Amino acid sequence: MIVGDRKPIEEIKEMLAPYKKILLVGCGTCISVCMTGGEKEVGILASELRMISELEKKDWEISETTIQRQCEREYIEPLKEQFEKADVVMSMACGVGIQYMAEVFPEKIVLPAVNTTFYGTNVKEGEWQERCAGCGDCVLDKTLGICPVARCSKGLYNGPCGGTDNGKCEVNKDLDCAWYLIYNRMKEHGKLDMLDEIIPARSWKTSLHGGPRKRVREDAQK
Amino acid sequence: MKANSNLEKILERGEFAVTGELGPPKGNDVEVIKKKAQFLKGNVDAVNITDNQTAVVRMSSIAASKLLLDLGVEPVMQMVVRDRNRIAIQSDILGATALGLKNMLCLSGDHQTFGNQPDAKNVFDIDSIQLIGLVKRLRDEKKMLNLEDEIEGDVGIFIGAAANPFAEPFGFRPLRLRKKVAAGVNFIQTQCIYDMKIFKEFMKAVCDMGLDQKVHILAGVTPLKSAGMTKYMANNVPGIIIPEELVKRMAGVAKEKAAEEGIKICVEQIQELREIKGVHGIHLMAIEWESRVPEIVSQAKLLPRPVV
Repeated sequence: MIVGDRKPIEEIKEMLAPYKKILLVGCGTCISVCMTGGEKEVGILASELRMISELEKKDWEISETTIQRQCEREYIEPLKEQFEKADVVMSMACGVGIQYMAEVFPEKIVLPAVNTTFYGTNVKEGEWQERCAGCGDCVLDKTLGICPVARCSKGLYNGPCGGTDNGKCEVNKDLDCAWYLIYNRMKEHGKLDMLDEIIPARSWKTSLHGGPRKRVREDAQK
Repeated sequence: MKANSNLEKILERGEFAVTGELGPPKGNDVEVIKKKAQFLKGNVDAVNITDNQTAVVRMSSIAASKLLLDLGVEPVMQMVVRDRNRIAIQSDILGATALGLKNMLCLSGDHQTFGNQPDAKNVFDIDSIQLIGLVKRLRDEKKMLNLEDEIEGDVGIFIGAAANPFAEPFGFRPLRLRKKVAAGVNFIQTQCIYDMKIFKEFMKAVCDMGLDQKVHILAGVTPLKSAGMTKYMANNVPGIIIPEELVKRMAGVAKEKAAEEGIKICVEQIQELREIKGVHGIHLMAIEWESRVPEIVSQAKLLPRPVV
């Protein structure tokens, strides 16, 4: 899923300062599952803003709604009427949803309430971890399912740097060294010989370094 | 001969090599380099010039290497892949060799979050093993990465890399060295060694794989300056293991005698390392302590340095 964090309230307040009628829109998919911008969190932010409005005499009119997915037009379009009534829309979706709502309703300004952070998973209660960097050229076959691009702080393709400390990354003691995990998994599977393969310098064209990406499937086009 | 550098000649002749280390200044004062160089000249065969080590901005490694070369000391230019993509790397190698630099150490580089520009974006376009292969290709085939046309000139570089026998997983470290050898490395400088037991096990694995016949290994040593430094390094520096007995030994001497004791330990270590099969030299990293290099190499009976 796409994981994100809600922005600090001070930043949100500052963004909303010039406006009066504010529509908060949550997203019911990834950002809801990671407990950042679903129906519940929209409710919490709306209450916070109403309190601030009252205490600081801001005269804000906050309305709120949550749709299934902000990354799909068919879910956004029914919001037409609510968009029209608002001075500004604040999205609690990931960066994709925020942008796509502004694309569907270009006459409105859509502000971000969320910092989108990574593609990850909920490893245990209250903890999410990054797993994929969306680099466009998957090597998980060569590393037995542990990604060196997303999970090694230096994105090393041919083994760990010299900073591994008790299986942890030198950058952060709470972070597992990806290559330590890869090595152990190879050992468990009796595949240590895989380590001898030198993975050559890759092309980054498939990643964002090749410019923004676009996928076209002609067979799916009308 | 790959590059005909002093270091290469000494190692190829089977002499026990000594390399030193010099950190460029956090500024552009050439005097700092001159001052440090005077302690190293004639006492070591080549001197590593670090490349923004610990991700702290310093004078560039290439520039400081050239300054050192002009002072009559052979540099080992370090290069990290943290700050350069393959365009900058290849361009810098062409420039460095044009300036007369002949030794290069290929490194990943300390992560930028440790340094004085922690908000920087890093590069890591290629990794250190891919860098070794890139340099070898430039040198042996005169070809840039993924290109077939030959470049003009000769990129004579004696290719080095690092090895850390003390970072986990221990079992992977000899295999990683084998990978660096397969990529084309000519010499290795290790992380500083304090735990002889782990190092000897590492070297045994290395020799069992026959790697000592294919690459020159220089054992890293760093003299301990004080009990405080010893304790700090033991507890806080990732990838360094200092046995408890050394921590105790350094703590057991009076403060004013600590430096002497640290040097004594260093000399003992050098003597012990010399006896280990596959160790072809030492890499003496006297960090901000270049002034003590002459007495360390003298006491370790490594003088005079061979003239080749």
